[in-house]
Amino acid sequence: MMLIPCPWCGPRDESEFHYGGQAGVAYPADPAALSDAEWARYLFFRDNPKGPFRERWSHSAGCRRWFSLVRDTVTNEVLS
Amino acid sequence: MTQPYRLERGGLVDRDTPLSFRFDGREYQGFRGDTLASALLANGVLRVADSLRLGRPRGVFSAGIEEPNAIVQIEEPFPEPMLTATTVELYGGLVARSLRGHGRLAGDPDPARYDSTHAHCDVLVIGAGPAGLAAAATAASSGARVILLDDQPRPGGSLLGTGEHLDWVDTVAAELAAAPETRVLTRTTAFGYYDDNHVIAVQRRTGHLGALAPAHLSREGVWRIRARQVVLATGAHERSLAFADNDRPGVMLAGAARTYVNRYGVLPGRRAVVLTTNDSAYAAARDLAAAGVEIATIADLRPGVQNGEALPGWAVARVHGEERVSAVTLRSPDGAGREVDADLLLVSGGWNPVGALYSQAGGRLAYDPELGAFRPDGGCRQNLFVAGAAGGSYHLGVCLAEGAAMGGRAADAAGFTARGIVLPEAADPAGTPPAAVWTLPGGDPAVQFADLQRDVTVADLARATGTGMRSVEHVKRYTTAGTAHDQGRTGGTLTSGVVAELLGVEVGALGTTTFRPPYAPVSFAALAGRDRGMLFDPVRVTALHGRHESHGALFENVGQWKRPWYYPRDGEDMAGAVLRECRAAREGVAMMDASTLGKIDVQGPDAGDFLDRLYTNMISTLKPGAIRYGVMCRPDGMVFDDGTVIRLTDERFLVTTTTGNAAAVLDWMEEWLQTEWPELRVRCTSVTEHWATVALVGPRSRDVLAAVAPGLDVSRAGFGFMTWRDTEVAGLSARVCRISFSGELAYEINVSWWDALTLWEALLAAGAAHGITPYGTETMHVLRAEKGYPIIGQDTDGTVTPHDLGLGWAVSKKKADFIGKRSFTRTDTARPDRKQLVGLLPDDGGLLPEGAHLVTAAPQRVLGHVTSSYRSAALGRTFALALLRGGRDLIGQTVWATLDDGLVPVTVTGSVLYDPEGTRRDG
Repeated sequence: MMLIPCPWCGPRDESEFHYGGQAGVAYPADPAALSDAEWARYLFFRDNPKGPFRERWSHSAGCRRWFSLVRDTVTNEVLS
Repeated sequence: MTQPYRLERGGLVDRDTPLSFRFDGREYQGFRGDTLASALLANGVLRVADSLRLGRPRGVFSAGIEEPNAIVQIEEPFPEPMLTATTVELYGGLVARSLRGHGRLAGDPDPARYDSTHAHCDVLVIGAGPAGLAAAATAASSGARVILLDDQPRPGGSLLGTGEHLDWVDTVAAELAAAPETRVLTRTTAFGYYDDNHVIAVQRRTGHLGALAPAHLSREGVWRIRARQVVLATGAHERSLAFADNDRPGVMLAGAARTYVNRYGVLPGRRAVVLTTNDSAYAAARDLAAAGVEIATIADLRPGVQNGEALPGWAVARVHGEERVSAVTLRSPDGAGREVDADLLLVSGGWNPVGALYSQAGGRLAYDPELGAFRPDGGCRQNLFVAGAAGGSYHLGVCLAEGAAMGGRAADAAGFTARGIVLPEAADPAGTPPAAVWTLPGGDPAVQFADLQRDVTVADLARATGTGMRSVEHVKRYTTAGTAHDQGRTGGTLTSGVVAELLGVEVGALGTTTFRPPYAPVSFAALAGRDRGMLFDPVRVTALHGRHESHGALFENVGQWKRPWYYPRDGEDMAGAVLRECRAAREGVAMMDASTLGKIDVQGPDAGDFLDRLYTNMISTLKPGAIRYGVMCRPDGMVFDDGTVIRLTDERFLVTTTTGNAAAVLDWMEEWLQTEWPELRVRCTSVTEHWATVALVGPRSRDVLAAVAPGLDVSRAGFGFMTWRDTEVAGLSARVCRISFSGELAYEINVSWWDALTLWEALLAAGAAHGITPYGTETMHVLRAEKGYPIIGQDTDGTVTPHDLGLGWAVSKKKADFIGKRSFTRTDTARPDRKQLVGLLPDDGGLLPEGAHLVTAAPQRVLGHVTSSYRSAALGRTFALALLRGGRDLIGQTVWATLDDGLVPVTVTGSVLYDPEGTRRDG
């Protein structure tokens, strides 16, 4: 079980958190202006790297705050 | 004759405490401190099981957790399958029998308790042998919080088997026991090493006491330990060699025989031949000789060894005897044979560092040609240190020094400063380096065993490589080598070595198979701990739960909630009760506990804007005092939840969610507020358990409400549909909403959770004259389905848009955007042949099973499936809701439901089967 550094509460067990997938995928400013392909890219396409990955977590059983961190998907090491 | 193979004196067993036990139907005696295996050996019982596949007789092979042969079933006092006799501590009254590879679970429930503990420490030391003890003592000297765990009943590790420095062991153990920040866990096996130094161990607390185990103590406990630093001092396991008939009872690991003599005071045989690749077997031979075992000869596979004791370069060609070794044929380097009488063949094929936990921690095991074994490569990223034999150091002096050094480094890394400790003097004699040998020449490969427990032979491995397999992982899966519950502890590296020989590659290049948790078998009961039965998951009940029970309600689980399902009267079955409850709601008055509905208080200057973005329909135009039904979608346009929104003030709303989705909707709101719209000034609070809610339903509901709420204008004009009023009901502060989930005139009355029972009793009394009837979730489902109201999660599955449900009217065309809007114009969501919610009337009047597939007649093409199916009192027949491909265009047509015994014709209808004009809503 990973030890995840919540920026508000400090390091806590992974089981207190909820995973939120890739970070930095913003809701488009004007969805109506997007083509179907562009909209589909927002909805369905996410990176799946082997190595460092910036991703979202929510401390759902703690302070309930969302935050991002960089995790190495090979070693589960939290890099920042 | 009792215990004919027990020495007169010596060993760590308590000779003042004799214990009686039974094995395979016969009575024996042993001593406290024995294992089942050592007690059997003391009684001359060497053959303990037959092998899994071939049924060959097998004997005790090792003296610990690495045992591949001695698999037993405990029958009494506590039935347990698949234990190794070498790890079962003897107790009085133990009844066991041998197993041929397959255990049998007890039919009776397990009366024992299991528990778990979360623990944190600065330094966790795994293994209390010489290295582990030195590490723990050094770390403890720094003041760090130390946990030392070991699978044996007492610390000492290999020293218990060699009988060396036991005074030092006792001294260190006493110091550790007295150290205030140190915890020593014996009978505790670390079986999982996970991310960030999270180590899981199982402690066997009372099993060794047999029937004397105190009932108030848990039988086993799981420790979940988070350690800043870990010292792995897990030691090494001796391995075997592949030669013909190397599985006969009496073939035993040399170190194990030494342990039986020194620790248990037991002779595993009378006359032994020793076969070795390394120096360790000589110490074993010396100890056995001192105890009275005749060492017939030592065959040392190293041709160059010159020590006067051994036959250099000699190998074993044959083992004689089936039930027990009777003689051994040795072969000289030039091929000459010599037969030697013996009842024991002691084997040492070298030592494998126990690297399973290191491997689980993410480290690699690399082949060390000088060691002739795989050992930790030192590159693991976790905060761990390896000490002693676990790292490939086999000399005692080195192990002690490494332990002290690594314990000190671990304490240092955790921010403490260790003082030195006193280590015993241990002379490490210079010796001859070990040889890496796998298969001995000659002999029938079909009886050269690499994995004893799985009966995998050199012939089996050759068959695997013969088919073209080049990876040990493939060979493992093809032959099952290493997959038994000993996980190849004695045979895994041997398997790699044999495969490498067969392929003509270096064993280091071939590698080993991957180690995964659990390192040792662990019972499901231990893993479950207290999380079973009532404690498995929280049970949530409403304030009226006790009253429902006294009404005779049966309950349904909805998430963690217990909801009344229906209220059968004497002799009534479910169908009868539901029809009666439905009739009361449609013809008179009925009431339901709706308290489990999720309720979220949404406040703030931007609350209206926020809800506009979240719901498909317009919320901000709602007037205070009014209520609107709303639908929420995911960005992909699929329905996520629905419910009502009531506006309390300009800046405050109360939204309801489906019972099962309350937490998910609150999460959803918080996620958007935090991650996308932090500029919105909105706060969301769950108030589900602040308000108890009773739905009052039916044409007579207005009369009942008027009786209990004299201050409320309940008239049609005075209290319109989809509005709410704060008033007094039954003398209680209440909020009454004119909402209907049945199509009938109905109210939802909200009071404080504490006041629920008062409200319920008042409604019962006021409605008595009208025959007021409590109803449960089943009736609620029938009533809503008759009106075509979907249940999100039952009639939908995450691939359904509001339009598919016929809820297009609830999708705003005015709003510039809301979550999901863009998806409604995707090609796929705009298709005319999407699955749509429709009603179904089975032509034969039968009740369709929910989930039944719907097809066209010929050729059969799947159109969809039944999502809800009920008997309707109002319609006087059965009906169903379904998601049907292009369903709205099929209204009036016949499709076919697939049942177990064939196809059944059903007529497609609109989804609203009852009162489609909505005439009953206002009473």
